[in-house]
Amino acid sequence: MIEAALFQGLSWNPITDLQQLFAFQFMVNALEAGTIVAVMAGVTGWFMVLRKQTFAGHTLSVIAFPGAAAAGLAGLPVALGYFSFCGLGALALAGIAGSRRSLSAESAAIGSLQALALGLGFLFVSLYHGVLNGLDSLLFGTFLGITSRQVGVLLAVAVTAVTLVVVAARPLFFASVDADVARARGVPVALLGFGFLLVLGLSVAATSQITGALLVFALLVTPAATAHQLTSRAVLGIALSVAIALGVTWLGLALAYFSVYPVGFYVTSLSFAVYVGVRVGRFIARRRQDVALAPEPA
Amino acid sequence: MSQAGTAADIEARNAKETAVAFERAAVRMGGRTIWSDLSLSVARGEFVAILGPNGAGKSTLIKAVLGLLPLADGRASVLGRPPGEANDRIGYLPQRRNFDAGTRIRGVDIVKLGLDGARWGIPIPGLPSRARDAARVAEVIELVDATVYARKPIGELSGGEQQRLLIAQALVRRPELLVLDEPLDSLDLPNQAAVAALVRRICREENVAVLLVAHDINPILSYLDRVVYIAGGTAVEGSPEQVISSETLSRLYGAPIEVLRASDGRLVVVGQPEAPFVHGGRHSHD
Ligand SMILES: Nc1ncnc2c1ncn2[C@@H]1O[C@H](COP(=O)(O)OP(=O)(O)O)[C@@H](O)[C@H]1O
Ligand SMILES: [Mg+2]
Repeated sequence: MIEAALFQGLSWNPITDLQQLFAFQFMVNALEAGTIVAVMAGVTGWFMVLRKQTFAGHTLSVIAFPGAAAAGLAGLPVALGYFSFCGLGALALAGIAGSRRSLSAESAAIGSLQALALGLGFLFVSLYHGVLNGLDSLLFGTFLGITSRQVGVLLAVAVTAVTLVVVAARPLFFASVDADVARARGVPVALLGFGFLLVLGLSVAATSQITGALLVFALLVTPAATAHQLTSRAVLGIALSVAIALGVTWLGLALAYFSVYPVGFYVTSLSFAVYVGVRVGRFIARRRQDVALAPEPA
Repeated sequence: MSQAGTAADIEARNAKETAVAFERAAVRMGGRTIWSDLSLSVARGEFVAILGPNGAGKSTLIKAVLGLLPLADGRASVLGRPPGEANDRIGYLPQRRNFDAGTRIRGVDIVKLGLDGARWGIPIPGLPSRARDAARVAEVIELVDATVYARKPIGELSGGEQQRLLIAQALVRRPELLVLDEPLDSLDLPNQAAVAALVRRICREENVAVLLVAHDINPILSYLDRVVYIAGGTAVEGSPEQVISSETLSRLYGAPIEVLRASDGRLVVVGQPEAPFVHGGRHSHD
C-alpha cells in the first residue's frame, strides 16, 4: 500500500502527528464516521441506561454479528447486514416486551435470542471462506476502508435517529421514568417503547461498524452510564454522554492509527477507564462528605 | 328569553359542579366482574375516600375514572366528559411507586414532567413560557414543602420525600380533580398526617375534587366529605358515619362486623379479618 509507505509513526510532536492523522482520506473518513457514531450512541445510550435496557442493547449488538457475517457470505455490503439484522432484532425484542410476560421470562427469552444470534454468526462465518481477517474486524472493529459513501449512509441514519429521539425526548423521558402517569396523560407509552428499540437497533448497527459487534458497549453503555453517575440533570447528562463518547472515539482512533491493536480495544479501554475514574472519584467525594458530617469525637 | 331551566341547561350545570359521576357502573377483567352496581358522585372541592379490603377493586375504580379500563355496564362522566377525555385536567398518583436508589433523575425534573412531559419537540431556551413553567414548578414544590431536597436524585430520597414530589407532580398543572391511589401507604404516622393535611388544604384552597384510596381511614377521617366502600363485588357510598357503621359493613360483607370508636375518636373495625384499619392502634415505637 502507498499509504503504508507514507506512514511515519508517532513523532511525539503533536502538530505533525495531527497533520499525519488527517493526511489520508481513509483516516478522515474514519474520524468522520467515528464522530457521527459517537454522537448517536451518546444520545440513544443515555436513554437506554435510563430505561434499564442495556441487556436488550447488548442482545442487539450480538445480533449485529450474524448480520454482518451473512452479508459477507452473500457478497453484500456489511453495513446492510448490520442494519437489517439489528432492525429485525429490534422487532423481535419489541415482540418479547409486548407479550407482557414476567420480567424473568422476558430476560430468558432475550437470552435465548442472543444465543441463537451467536450460533448463527459462527455458522455464517464458517460457511464463509475469507474467515479470519473478516471475523476479527466484525467482532472487534476496524477503521480501515471506511468509504465516503459509508460515511454518508451513517450520517443519514444518525440524523434520522437523533432527530426522532430529540422530537420525542420529553414523552420518551416521561414514559421511561413514570410509565403509569405518562399513559394516563395520553403519552403513547407502548409505541414509544417500540420506536426506541428500533432507534437503538439503528445505533447498534452503526456503532458495530467502528467498534465491532462485541465492543458496541464501549460507546453505547459506558459513556452513558458515566454521564448518569456524573449528573442527575437530564440535558447535561445527555451532553456529557455525547462528549465522553466523542472523546474516547477520537483518542481511540488516533491510538489505533499509531499502533497495531484494533480500534475497538482502545475505545473500550478508554471508556472503561473514564467510568472507573468517575466511580472512584464519586466514592472518594462521598467518603469526604461523610467524614465532614460525622460528629467530632468528644 | 326562554326559560333557564331546560333539561340541557340543568345537565350542563351539573356537569360543571360534578367532578366524577358513576351510575350503576361495572368493570369486568379477564372474564370476571370486579365490581358492579357502583354509583358515585364527587362534587368540585369535595374530599372523598375509597376504602375496601385488598383486591376489592379500588385501583380498578381509579383506572376506570381515568378511562384506562372500559366500563362493562352503566354510565360514567369525569369533569363533564367520558372517562379518559379530560385527563390533562386530572392529577394522578398511581399506587406505590418507589424509585430505586439507582434512579439518578432530579426530583424537580420528575415534577416538571407533570407540566410538559406529554409535549413533543424540545423547548426553545429563553422563551417566557419556560420561565413561567420553572416558576410554577418551584411554587408547587414549595407548596408540598420539598424545596430542600428537590434537586437531589429522587432515588436517594426517603419514601415520604418521594411521595411529596409525586404529589407536586400531580398538582403542577392545577388539576380540577386529584386521584391518589394509596398515597399514605408507605409513610410513617407523622408523614401520613402531614400529607393528609396537605391534600385537604389543596382541596379546600384550590377547590380541587379529591378521590383518595386509603388503607387506613383514621388519618383522613376528620377531613372527609364522603366515603365509597368497595367490598363483595359492589360498593356503598355515603357519609363516613353512614358507611363506616356496623350495619352497613355487615350488609356489605354479608357477615357480622362491629365498628367501635376509640376514646381518641379513631375507628376500629372488628369481625372481618380482611377489612382495612383493623390495626387502628398507634405503633408504640413512634
Ligand atoms: N389484568 C387483570 N386481569 C384480571 N384480573 C385483574 C387484573 N388486574 C387486577 N385484577 C384483579 O382485580 C381485582 C381488583 O384489583 P385492584 O383494583 O388492584 O384491587 P385493590 O386496589 O382494591 O387492592 C383483584 O382481585 C385482582 O386480582
Ligand atoms: Mg390497589
